[in-house]
Amino acid sequence: MISYRAVSHRYDDRTVLDDVTLSLPEARVGFVGANGSGKSTLARMVNGLVRPTHGEVRVDGLDPTSDGAAVRRRVGFVFTNPDSQIVMPTAGEDVAFSLRRTVKDRAERAARAAEVLAAHGLEGYADHPAHQLSGGQKQLLALCGMLALDPDVLVCDEPTTLLDLRNTRRFADILAGLRQQVLLVTHDLDLLAGFDRVVVLDGGVVVADDAPGPAIRYYRELVG
Amino acid sequence: MNPLGLYAPGTSPLHRAPAGPKLLVLLVVVTLVVVRSDVGWLAGACGLVAVGYAVARPPWARVWQVARLLLVLAVFVGGLQLWLVGPQAAAVTVLSLVAALAAASLFTLTTRIDAVVAAVERGLGPLRRFGVRPERLGLLVGLTVQAVGTLAAIAASVREAAVARGAGRSPTAFAVPFVVRTLRHADELGEALAARGVGDEDADERTG
Repeated sequence: MISYRAVSHRYDDRTVLDDVTLSLPEARVGFVGANGSGKSTLARMVNGLVRPTHGEVRVDGLDPTSDGAAVRRRVGFVFTNPDSQIVMPTAGEDVAFSLRRTVKDRAERAARAAEVLAAHGLEGYADHPAHQLSGGQKQLLALCGMLALDPDVLVCDEPTTLLDLRNTRRFADILAGLRQQVLLVTHDLDLLAGFDRVVVLDGGVVVADDAPGPAIRYYRELVG
Repeated sequence: MNPLGLYAPGTSPLHRAPAGPKLLVLLVVVTLVVVRSDVGWLAGACGLVAVGYAVARPPWARVWQVARLLLVLAVFVGGLQLWLVGPQAAAVTVLSLVAALAAASLFTLTTRIDAVVAAVERGLGPLRRFGVRPERLGLLVGLTVQAVGTLAAIAASVREAAVARGAGRSPTAFAVPFVVRTLRHADELGEALAARGVGDEDADERTG
């Protein structure tokens, strides 16, 4: 389970998160809030990309700061811009890159990578140059790179911001079918339908924490 | 798209050859064409590389991309050398350049980067005792090849934006956003690598 206890974070003299305490046992948790509200910072703390200035974050009892490697084996992270996540020239090689620590045999890595691609709508793309994929396919590839590791938790930081409606729906459908716990930071409130819980942040503080219906209503009133 | 990079799938003997020995052959060929100044010998090296393309049979579109780039380079560099130094030096420079670049391109067309990374890691394995981290150097090779395509895409997008603002000929309108976006990309790539466990190998080794 993921938990935050009295977590604060400051960039220079700006407070980004202020005394946030949350326990997240639900399978689907959404984070919404205006730009700069602290939701991405909160998400990044889960796998140690950002360290809290005060307080503590735990993932299954592990501290992402001191047990980073163990936490990252449990937590996958999908960023907004897939171009920054793709590190190998072809789609198959990029997914295989994720497996380099767990699968030592290169042929087996390639086969597993092709399986993961095929299972998520990229069948036959293993040898395709990654940067010639469409935006939606690139984001699917980024997702495949994470799912290849079969993490327990998937954190997605505005993963559909650069996608069109069709690819956004495709991405949402894949997320809905995953066995993993999903933490989704998003501005697309439609994506949160079917979620168990939505946390609303404003100015680094949790201002609402409820089922999607009431939480989104609160957020809409908040932003006017 | 990067004209000198990216694997083109195939089943030729060159595709099937192991990456490590191929990389060594490439290094030997490039070293020889750089140090030799005999026009006949260099022309022979170019012919040998051409035979390599015939054996590998990459898609014509990819061969044309490489040929077009080499032609432009040959005309530009050869013309300059001919004007400044003379025909003998121009022929040596052009043939060396064409042989080396065409051989490097043939290597990337017939070799998966994944295989190159694995070969570099395997080859540098014995140096681990001297503090060398082969997996880091292997990753560096992969990222370097990948960076060519990424930087080309950033440059194209920045150029389009400059043209749209009527500043297509302004070096500043290109250079400033290009540097800023490249640095931002490096920052994001660093985060993505950390999220994918790059650098966690040390912790893995400690915990067995």
